[in-house]
Amino acid sequence: MLPVPTSHSPALGPGCAGPSLAYASASTRSDIAPPSAQQPCCGSEPFMVDPSAAAGLGLRRHTDTPYVTGTSVLGITYKDGVMLAADTLGSYGSTKRYKSFERLAKVNDATVLGAGGELSDFQYIQTLLDELATEDYCADDGMQLTPREVYAYLSRVLYNRRNKFDPLWNSLVVGGLEGGVPFLGTVGMIGVHYTDKHIATGFGQMLARPLFRERHRPDMSEEEATELLHDALRVCYYRDKQTTNKFQIAKVTAEGVSVSEAFALETQWGYQAFVNPAANALGTW
Amino acid sequence: MFRNQYDQDVTTWSPQGRMHQVEYAMEAVKQGSAAVGLKSDTHVVLATLNRASSELSSHQRKTFKVDDHLGIAMSGIISDGRSLCRYMRNECLNHRYVFEAPLPTARLVRQVADRAQVCTQRSWKRPYGVGLLVAGFDKAGGKLFYCCPSGSYYDYKAMAIGARSQAAKTYLERKFEEFASADLDTLIRHGLQALSASVTDGELTKDNVSVALVGKGTPLTLLEDADLEPHLAALADEVGGDGAGSGGAMEEGGGADGASAPPAAPDGASGAAEAAPAPEDEPPAPMET
Amino acid sequence: MAYQMATPAHSAHGAPRAHPSWSPYDNNGGTCVAVAGQDYCVVAASTRMSTGFSILKRDSSLFLQLSDQLVIVTAGFQADSRTLHKTLQTRYVQYQFAHRRPMSVGAMAQLLGNTLYYKRFFPYYTFNLCAGLDAEGKGAVYTYDAVGSHERVGFSCQGSGKDLIQPVLDNQLKAASPLVLPPEEWMTSLPLAEAVDLVKDAFVSAGERDIYTGDAVEILIITKEGTRKEVIPLKKD
Repeated sequence: MLPVPTSHSPALGPGCAGPSLAYASASTRSDIAPPSAQQPCCGSEPFMVDPSAAAGLGLRRHTDTPYVTGTSVLGITYKDGVMLAADTLGSYGSTKRYKSFERLAKVNDATVLGAGGELSDFQYIQTLLDELATEDYCADDGMQLTPREVYAYLSRVLYNRRNKFDPLWNSLVVGGLEGGVPFLGTVGMIGVHYTDKHIATGFGQMLARPLFRERHRPDMSEEEATELLHDALRVCYYRDKQTTNKFQIAKVTAEGVSVSEAFALETQWGYQAFVNPAANALGTW
Repeated sequence: MFRNQYDQDVTTWSPQGRMHQVEYAMEAVKQGSAAVGLKSDTHVVLATLNRASSELSSHQRKTFKVDDHLGIAMSGIISDGRSLCRYMRNECLNHRYVFEAPLPTARLVRQVADRAQVCTQRSWKRPYGVGLLVAGFDKAGGKLFYCCPSGSYYDYKAMAIGARSQAAKTYLERKFEEFASADLDTLIRHGLQALSASVTDGELTKDNVSVALVGKGTPLTLLEDADLEPHLAALADEVGGDGAGSGGAMEEGGGADGASAPPAAPDGASGAAEAAPAPEDEPPAPMET
Repeated sequence: MAYQMATPAHSAHGAPRAHPSWSPYDNNGGTCVAVAGQDYCVVAASTRMSTGFSILKRDSSLFLQLSDQLVIVTAGFQADSRTLHKTLQTRYVQYQFAHRRPMSVGAMAQLLGNTLYYKRFFPYYTFNLCAGLDAEGKGAVYTYDAVGSHERVGFSCQGSGKDLIQPVLDNQLKAASPLVLPPEEWMTSLPLAEAVDLVKDAFVSAGERDIYTGDAVEILIITKEGTRKEVIPLKKD
């Protein structure tokens, strides 16, 4: 860890030096190509203001609309730990662009991460967490990030990016087990974060959370928890166009993390309400 | 007069394969007054002997709280130590800000040691002239580290550094098997007992001693002044138990580590060798002021 | 540049957007009240966290308790609020390292004002109260706007239920108006128990009409003996 000498950044003014501002960048070196939309050339860490962009040497485009998106992530605590559920669709607008995109990822032996929103941003977040996991591995002291630490870290990452008006367009759900106690938290794209016994992002907040509020108990058995998630997923599939019938459930228990194979749910489309939904409720769609 | 040609800057090797500047920095640690650290299964305790530069001055603080789970005691150039202390406090606060969790002791010690190491390999820098005893309690349990100017760090059950610390070490080596199961008060007494072994003139008083303790469910607490009185009183009662170690025991083999052994006599009878082990009675002027 | 709270359906040019753009702000609701007495301070905050018409969490605390004599309570945008709390917590620790004593309410009140003003042109969307006991042991309440203007008062209310509760406090705490000249005692002479009851009533009433106030109210009662906490359930609708 070399201390970086203080620099006087032409972008931020004399005496202002973040760790990355001392790196060569287009604002301090003329032989470096100006930054493009894809590649900030300052070599900066993800949360630093790009000095060259701030100096007005080139326009940097930020995400103002997401492209490939995932929909809701659901999570509940239960007797043995935490379960997360999501489908595997990556939508490109209304196109089903990627049909087997795994939106639930293992972070370490006690933590899983689920993501909705811009999926490229999710993959970037995974690389950040991978770097942290590598640091833990290199320290070789047997310690790894706890779910609460992952959650706190991600809330800082997403909040810092919104501060730069360059948000990571995601709703994240972090689940895990910490000293035998289930942990479940969520972080939104502008940094709003909270923990609860059950969580749903996106449409799931409207569709699945009422089911959770009615049926969830912290001491549910694994079967009950799975059944509750199946019912919630089914509702999401019926009413959320961006959901496909291909789901995964991730589980964190004392045995560790497991992400299930993708599965489909039994669905029933013969309901009268589906045949002509507006017939009994004038003014609806 | 013969002059040592190989000790003028940190980046020059001696033909014997030694870094004299680094070794001098390790010597500086031994000039400061003693600091003792020891741990049980549940607690880690630090105790330091604080010097006053004159009758009219206050005693210099050399035990510091870094975070709720971590504290340090130092010996050597205390101003260098304070700068390291500020760095450690910042690292702990930053880690708490980002992860909402305490920074593991071993990770922080590693960072401090890496920082110290850089100073041993840059021509324009000077090694830190301070040794740190780091006490922490985290997920891995109680930890006691010694972190020295060369950039080495060691994990200890009990350790003493500073002037006449050999006497304290002798006490610790004789008693360390009792530490693991000792309760907090007993552990503090052992610490003070070890510390008193390194005092030749005068005795331990509430003015010249600081104690720091940390443990399971106990945030790092500094005991100073009146807080120390019950422990010092109990110590006075035990005074029959001999203070251990021959009082005249000179500093020898500090950490006794291969990487940076202390310079017994660099390059013949060099001027530096004479300067290094200061006479025990004289207060080493530039240190701890 | 003004930031809109709700997602705009149309861009600045008036053309409909294919996708919504985004706002860096949200209002997560919540109400907080503080009342200073001669030898106590009562601080209370609702625990519901909302966005739009959704309830996100029913038991989220708005408090940052720095010591048993000093507390900050924040309504508004939760992400800003957490960041502000973390910053202040850090500064509080640093103050203690530097000065070897706890921070007074007045010092923290000024620091909070400065911290908010530091973000004058990209403000924390937070509405704060800083409360505790001052050096004389009297209750102290400081009230803020989002960019750091502040004033010491005898009682105050911030957050989504402010419009409902503040007039009731003005009416019930029977303290002289700060506008009366020559100045009279503006701190309430109400005994502690009555102040606590008043705060409870205020929250129950606000919970009846304000959708962002509900679920529960946490009440911290600060006296020279320390801080005591009560939690009173509110309607969950």
